[in-house]
Amino acid sequence: MGSTQGRTVLDEGDLSRALTRIAHQILERNRGAEGLLLLGIPTRGVHLANRLAGLISKIEGLEIPVGTLDVTLHRDDLRLRPARTLTPTVMPVDGLDGRIVVLVDDVLFSGRTIRAALDAIGEIGRPASVQLAVLIDRGHRQLPIRADYVGKNLPTSLQEVVKVSLTEVDGDDRVSISEVTNA
Amino acid sequence: MSGYLLRGVSLLGNEQVDLHLDNGVIAEVSEPNTKLRITGAKTIQGDGLIALPGLVDLHTHLREPGREDAETIESGTRAAALGGYTAVHAMANTDPVADTAGVVEQVWRLGKEAGFCDVYPIGAVTIGLGGERLAELGAMADSHARVRVFSDDGKCVSDPILMRRALEYVKSFGGVIAQHAQEPRLTEGAQMNEGEVSATLGLKGWPAVAEEAIIARDVLLTEHVGSKLHICHVSTAGSVEILRWAKSRGINVTAEVTPHHLLLTDELARGYDPIYKVNPPLRTAKDVQALRQALAEGVIDAVATDHAPHPIEDKDCEWQAAAFGMLGLQSALSVVQQTMVDTGLLTWAQVAERMSSKPARIGQIANHGRPLSAGEPANITLYDPTALTLISETNIVSKSRNSPYLGMSLPGQVIATFLRGMPTVLNGSSIR
Amino acid sequence: MHRHLLSAADLSLEDTLLILDTAEEMSRVADAPVRKLPTLRGRTVVNLFFEDSTRTRISFEAAAKRLSADVINFSAKGSSVSKGESLKDTALTLEAMGADAVVIRHSASGAPHRLANAGWLRGSVLNAGDGTHEHPTQALLDAFTMRRHLRAGKGDLSGIQVAIVGDVLHSRVARSNVILLATLGAQVTLVAPATLLPVGVESWPCSVSYDLDSVIAKVDVVMALRVQLERMNAAFFPSAREYSRRFGLDSTRLARLPDGAIVMHPGPMNRGLEISAEAADGLRSVIVEQVANGVSVRMAVLYLLLGGAQLAEHGQKALVEA
Repeated sequence: MGSTQGRTVLDEGDLSRALTRIAHQILERNRGAEGLLLLGIPTRGVHLANRLAGLISKIEGLEIPVGTLDVTLHRDDLRLRPARTLTPTVMPVDGLDGRIVVLVDDVLFSGRTIRAALDAIGEIGRPASVQLAVLIDRGHRQLPIRADYVGKNLPTSLQEVVKVSLTEVDGDDRVSISEVTNA
Repeated sequence: MSGYLLRGVSLLGNEQVDLHLDNGVIAEVSEPNTKLRITGAKTIQGDGLIALPGLVDLHTHLREPGREDAETIESGTRAAALGGYTAVHAMANTDPVADTAGVVEQVWRLGKEAGFCDVYPIGAVTIGLGGERLAELGAMADSHARVRVFSDDGKCVSDPILMRRALEYVKSFGGVIAQHAQEPRLTEGAQMNEGEVSATLGLKGWPAVAEEAIIARDVLLTEHVGSKLHICHVSTAGSVEILRWAKSRGINVTAEVTPHHLLLTDELARGYDPIYKVNPPLRTAKDVQALRQALAEGVIDAVATDHAPHPIEDKDCEWQAAAFGMLGLQSALSVVQQTMVDTGLLTWAQVAERMSSKPARIGQIANHGRPLSAGEPANITLYDPTALTLISETNIVSKSRNSPYLGMSLPGQVIATFLRGMPTVLNGSSIR
Repeated sequence: MHRHLLSAADLSLEDTLLILDTAEEMSRVADAPVRKLPTLRGRTVVNLFFEDSTRTRISFEAAAKRLSADVINFSAKGSSVSKGESLKDTALTLEAMGADAVVIRHSASGAPHRLANAGWLRGSVLNAGDGTHEHPTQALLDAFTMRRHLRAGKGDLSGIQVAIVGDVLHSRVARSNVILLATLGAQVTLVAPATLLPVGVESWPCSVSYDLDSVIAKVDVVMALRVQLERMNAAFFPSAREYSRRFGLDSTRLARLPDGAIVMHPGPMNRGLEISAEAADGLRSVIVEQVANGVSVRMAVLYLLLGGAQLAEHGQKALVEA
């Protein structure tokens, strides 16, 4: 898939402010940090979850647990491509029973990844509730899934590609949109 | 009075001549392309074709009586003719075994009736190939089939006493014992050559020493009792060494090698395709080189096909369950060309010795393997060494299809075969 | 990942690490409250066992079921096979039943190769042990176990010293292990009487010793292989007692193992012959874990062979997405 560099829709500063806002929203909605568990969906969701956990603990003065949730084996499109490599699933020792789980991902698009994540969670335990935080919601849902916390709503066309870059993975922080060109 | 004029053929690959065949003999050998035609004779333009004496196979399995699903005397000799053969020795491991005058005469008659080549039945050494009691070798020798070669092939005459007695007994009528050298205890359940490949594949090995030990024993026995010995399908470098030694001592031993042992190695077993399962097994590249050298030198006297047809279900299975054996009659001359002539190891004249005259002498057949000169029986093969034959299921005429060369292109093609002046193959096809 | 798993020699270092890493993830399923994943739902896995083996068959069955596949068990005793039906006809029947994968154990070396290459089946063929040839998933679970204990469950096995002791000549476990351990960078020494080592072992990627005592103090892993008592009657060794004295993993040898070394056995064991009860049940023994790891490893293999798109004919290599 070839594409041009694309235009930046969120720069480093915008990203940072969005995450700070989401951290506050999570605390406001849940009346504090008690019982929270952030679960990042690999790859970039994990780094966002870590950042959110850091922000929350700065605000509340409390360390909250962070984990990763690999959803590969619950995907509904497994048969369309060769078998994918798995990424680790890391949970706190006491699991997620009774916790308020906040799933964290970079982009919400068709909603299938989140559906797979809900299935995966269901097989691990029974949380008190599951909420969803995403950096970008680009629309075009194919399932009835919605995010509780959104960094930015970004209406896009299906011809466009949304790319989230994070320093931990890509070297810089920004979100860009570009056209799909057939290479 | 029909006859044939073979114009401009290369005699044993050498000078060009015209051969006039008439009344079952070579009437005249003359300057090439001089006579335009002869009354009463059909003309075959033979430019580029090599004339060889009709080939003689010392070792073929025609499967009849008993396994007509795999091959019959008719289908087997048709394949033989297409391979350039005018005489074949039919091994005795039929069902019933050819251990009586009755069975050998039956095989001999069926060969005559089919009419594609002369069939010389080989008699079993022991009753039922059981390795315990001598069969009536004398009765078989005196029968219409006039058996002179005796073999338990398929099995080894492993009991040393029995082998000694057999070697002694055939002296009375000048017979020869043809030994399938395989010490049974060392090869119980063996599947392929014992070596690096068998170790990796987890298939039970057939060690070279199991062949060599028997050959060593038998050449010494032959010397001791003053008899004649022939070794079937020699397959190892070690066996070649023993034969060289024996001959240097003047021991009356002859030996044959199969075309497949001149070309194929045990590496082919790696895919577990039982088309390559054969007894004795395919060996290593070193063995192949030693066998070629030995055939070139004459330490190995003859090429013999060990043509072993098997029905599809006996090869379309896992290795362990498959039968041992490969087809060989149709492809023999091509494989010998590829491995011995095209490599410069043999001339065509020498090929004629190893595939016609020497085997005829060992089998004591009077009318085959004769020189191509006036007055001799017209058993002749015309061969085109420049052709290329793609071996496929459609051009195999045997009843079975177990050729290891399927899908391969081999050099050369038999264009015509004459049995006592009558064609069995013309234009590269069987006449019926 | 390829279309079939017939031999440890088919796996590159990359393939092997992928399987082992995937197996690590799969092993978490064993600890989860719901021990099931929906990944192979709708796929059919056939266990085609021509040889008795409850242990391996159950392991494959558990692995397939944990991935929600449908499992059909076919064992040779009392079936049409014992009445003379050929391997080919059995395969054609399974194909007609829509088998996506056939896990085959057979007494003939190379039977899985024939099944995979003769054109009778479209699905994947998994070798669960063929004659004296190979048992690739056993080698994988052995490597997985070694890696867990000696390399904290990550990376390869370079620098690890392994002794494999016993009837190497007739052991498919030994063959697969020699190949896979070499791929993973471990150093293997085979220890056995010369009668139980194949002609041609010199060309294998390992060393050979006839003396267990000279090897035992230097290894990280000692793997004892089952020795069949019947081999005594074919003169492979004179008596059980002599074999045990010279090659058995007894208390004396157990005590000489370096710290941290582990004791393994593919099972079933002849306690007292190739391995003492103390060695089998002691602290160094990981034999029971091997069995549990077998399920995770087989889940990983089934997932990697079947969990994605069906591959084209003729065993095309698939690129696995990172």
